[in-house]
Amino acid sequence: MHQVIELEGVAKRYDSADAPALGPLTLSVAKGEALAVTGPSGSGKSTLLNLVAGLDKPTSGAVTVAGRRIDQLSEHALARFRREHIGMAFQFFNLLDDLTVTDNIQLPAQLTGTSRRSAAARAGELMEMLGIQKHARAYPGRLSGGERQRVAVARALVNRPALLLADEPTGALDTSSGHDVRDLLTDLHRAGQTIVLVTHDLTLAQACASRTLHLVDGHVALDSHARAVR
Amino acid sequence: MRLFGTGAMARVVRSRVGRRRVQTVVIAVATMMAVASAVVAGSLMVAAAAPFDRAFARQQGAHITAQFDPAKTSTARLAGTGGLPGVTASSGPHPSTAFRPVDRTGFPLPTLTLVGRSGPGGDVDRVDLKSGRWAQRPGEIVLDASFEGPTIQIGAPLKTSDTPGAPTLSIVGFAVSVSRTADSWATPAQVDALASKGDPVTSQMLYRFDAASTKEQILASRKKLAASAGPGALLGTQSWLDTKRVADQGAAATVPFMMAFGVLGIVMSVIIVSSVISGAVGTSLRRIGILKAIGFTPGEVVRAYVAQALIPAGAGIALGAVLGNLLAVPLLSDTAAVYGTVSLSVAWWVDVTVPAAALVIVGLAALVPALRAGRLRTVEAIAVGRSPRTGRGQWAHRAIGLLPLPRAVTYGLATPFTHPVRALAMLLAVAFGTVAATFAVGLTSSLTAIGASQDPESRAAVTVTTTQPNDVAPPPPPPVGGGAANPSPAGGSVAGTHEPRVADPAKVRSAITSQAGTGSYYGKTETEVAVAGISGPVQASLYEGDSRSGSYEMISGRWITGRGQVVVPTRFLERTSTKIGDTVRVTYEKETANLRIVGESFDTSGSELEIHADMADFASAVPSAFLVEVRPGVRAGEYARKVAAAVRPLGGDATANAPSGQDGVILIMSAMAVLLTLMLVSVAGLGVLNSVVLDTRERVHDLGVCKAIGMTPWQVLSLVLASVTAIGVIGGLIGVPAGYALHGLVMPVMGHAVGTGLPSAVLDVYEPVQLLLLGLGGVVIAVLGALIPAGWAARARTASALRTE
Repeated sequence: MHQVIELEGVAKRYDSADAPALGPLTLSVAKGEALAVTGPSGSGKSTLLNLVAGLDKPTSGAVTVAGRRIDQLSEHALARFRREHIGMAFQFFNLLDDLTVTDNIQLPAQLTGTSRRSAAARAGELMEMLGIQKHARAYPGRLSGGERQRVAVARALVNRPALLLADEPTGALDTSSGHDVRDLLTDLHRAGQTIVLVTHDLTLAQACASRTLHLVDGHVALDSHARAVR
Repeated sequence: MRLFGTGAMARVVRSRVGRRRVQTVVIAVATMMAVASAVVAGSLMVAAAAPFDRAFARQQGAHITAQFDPAKTSTARLAGTGGLPGVTASSGPHPSTAFRPVDRTGFPLPTLTLVGRSGPGGDVDRVDLKSGRWAQRPGEIVLDASFEGPTIQIGAPLKTSDTPGAPTLSIVGFAVSVSRTADSWATPAQVDALASKGDPVTSQMLYRFDAASTKEQILASRKKLAASAGPGALLGTQSWLDTKRVADQGAAATVPFMMAFGVLGIVMSVIIVSSVISGAVGTSLRRIGILKAIGFTPGEVVRAYVAQALIPAGAGIALGAVLGNLLAVPLLSDTAAVYGTVSLSVAWWVDVTVPAAALVIVGLAALVPALRAGRLRTVEAIAVGRSPRTGRGQWAHRAIGLLPLPRAVTYGLATPFTHPVRALAMLLAVAFGTVAATFAVGLTSSLTAIGASQDPESRAAVTVTTTQPNDVAPPPPPPVGGGAANPSPAGGSVAGTHEPRVADPAKVRSAITSQAGTGSYYGKTETEVAVAGISGPVQASLYEGDSRSGSYEMISGRWITGRGQVVVPTRFLERTSTKIGDTVRVTYEKETANLRIVGESFDTSGSELEIHADMADFASAVPSAFLVEVRPGVRAGEYARKVAAAVRPLGGDATANAPSGQDGVILIMSAMAVLLTLMLVSVAGLGVLNSVVLDTRERVHDLGVCKAIGMTPWQVLSLVLASVTAIGVIGGLIGVPAGYALHGLVMPVMGHAVGTGLPSAVLDVYEPVQLLLLGLGGVVIAVLGALIPAGWAARARTASALRTE
């Protein structure tokens, strides 16, 4: 099976810490797989996500995503790689408050040089798919948490990335909105989207992940397929 | 309360000042520059104006000094003019004449105005007797104190002319008339005795008026006097405004330009300090909330934020005061040369007032945003730091996002609309920087044009003289003080123990015309003449032949083309209340000619009233130099050598002219302009830097998001630079016309300060391309100011930026 993520002996040590925050860790994530990364605070979940997203570089080891080794890329190349191959959704949405919903979603596409018309068409398609088309001209500050997270997911998917990274996507949402997002991720996984999901929420992990990785103190405590995708 | 006493407060302030290094440096540099400019401008103003005003008031100086022809009016009628409406005091008539004395070594002094007065006091012009006593009997004379020297002392004899058998006077005192009504005084009888056919006795009247503060008022009063004295009786007048200007002009020219820079600096300092502190509050809302949550009172928060501005500003003010004092010294030394007695230090109260005012301005600028910080409710302050921004600038993002430009650029272009006040402060900083640059470019160009027009003689390729340099006698004793001019060595005013050998001008002329390579030439002599209505000698250049190639820049009218014409400087017109087309009576040696004023020359030669006339008007005048233009292809040096070989045996000489250098004052002013502009432009750049730093800090999370979704470092850089580009363009569009207008405003004031109008060559100095480049200067200031924070933003680690709240 084609591997979207391959980590080889990856470790990350921060300057001030005695012990590494993560690893050494060897891990593969196959295309179409939905991996939930769980663990207590400080277990290395976010560090793992940052390394896979190319937001941070490992102290040692190799990180390969979508067939390309990214730990040796320059900042410029990483940014280009990220916008073409990785979509990210964050706990606090990280939408740009001064852009409309449509503009937020289009932005990554426009950064790659996609024409305004094509980017708008793709954004419209995603908004319709995620049920947020009525908010197209609204600003993020006026949306509910669940709606904002849908916008964030739409933005993450606009460039049809090989990998969707979601960092505590329901962490800042109420129960109802949390269920909406859970269903959305489940649907995306069903549609074949490769997902890495970092969460404290075991229910979410069980609902939409095909595999769970439990980290403790930077090491894998458990790596198992939770259950078949519903 | 004890917990948050001065110790806690000091710690909070210190940590903030130390951590916000960019803001700290910006405040310090902005205030330093503003204070330095203000100290220099203030000290010059004080030095330039106060001594004359004080002395004039103490002496009850004459607003108008008038000369009347006693043949055309009576003493009683003149005395009656003292009762005219508006006249508050008068003195006279005093007999007056001119003479050219010779000291005990035989050296001639300049032509002096001698007035007969029985004492130094009176209702008008209470002359200060500096030493000795007043002239009490015929044979005694009191001289202006500026003539005192080794050969001219109390008790020394003064021969009334170089004619054999001329009477001798005894110097009994030295005095000063601030109104400059005369160069010397004697008893009325002595004046009558000294008068000659060439220098007849005139009647001097001195007046004070209830309204004499403007030129128009002086002219109106002059008209009344002329009408009252009878037709043709008034020969001329001297206005106190011109005397004051002459006294002040050494440093006065620099005052308007220093004031312009001082005001620019102060305004920019206020804007930047306000912007910095306002920004500090805006980006510290959570911190303010936390301070309040842990027990800081609103008053303590206000004090803390004001202190954040006052600490670096205090350092900047102290440095600025020192720098201002250092910069003022070379300019004050020029002032000292004018007054003789002014000390080379800045007035103490300028050193106190300017820093105190700067501190108050900074304090007030900081107080407004600090009060806002103090009023913020704790919960709001903490919440505002976390909640999403809404409203401001969204329309701009929507509209600018439609432009056919890269998305990172359009995003950056819309950014200023999110913080309109901060953007406005940045715009003002850029605009003021551009104003300063435009003004300075114009100023230095004008000063260069002035320098180029100062020495028209140097335009000639070769100068042929009728004397040889080592034959010229040493200069006369110091004829310093306004009005007394140096007799020119070139004018043949030589005397002393060694008579120089002078070549026959006709033979020199013949040598020039017979020399191959001669293009054109004209003869010239510099001498002194007397002009009716003007006290003291007037410097004159008399020309033989077509002198147009050596003409001065003309403010109005034209250069002389023949006899009966005279070109005069602006202050001559003002001092004599004449205009182009009027006729003046000029006396050279024993010859008098009525000359029509045909042009107003641009003359920056200081206090002298140099006039230019045709030599043919005075039969006894002969050229002392010939200015020669050589034919194309002829080398000036070689030509000069050949002519020199021909005229040296006659007693003359010839030299090729080197291009004249810049005048010292002009060089100092140009250097000051460049220095002050660099300071202002740097401060403008720092202002932009500060605003972009604030903006970048505030948007670091958004920039992290942009990078996380694929914005490259270059795109981040272009985003941040685009955010200031529009401001730079608009700042340039505002700053260039404003700087242009400021130049148009300040240059005439500077010219007026030295008693001259300005020709178009000095005023119209901007080229269209230059203006375009200066407009782009606004963008350069903005981009350079934003480059460092843009680099920080581009290099910032995405993961760290995303964690930033």
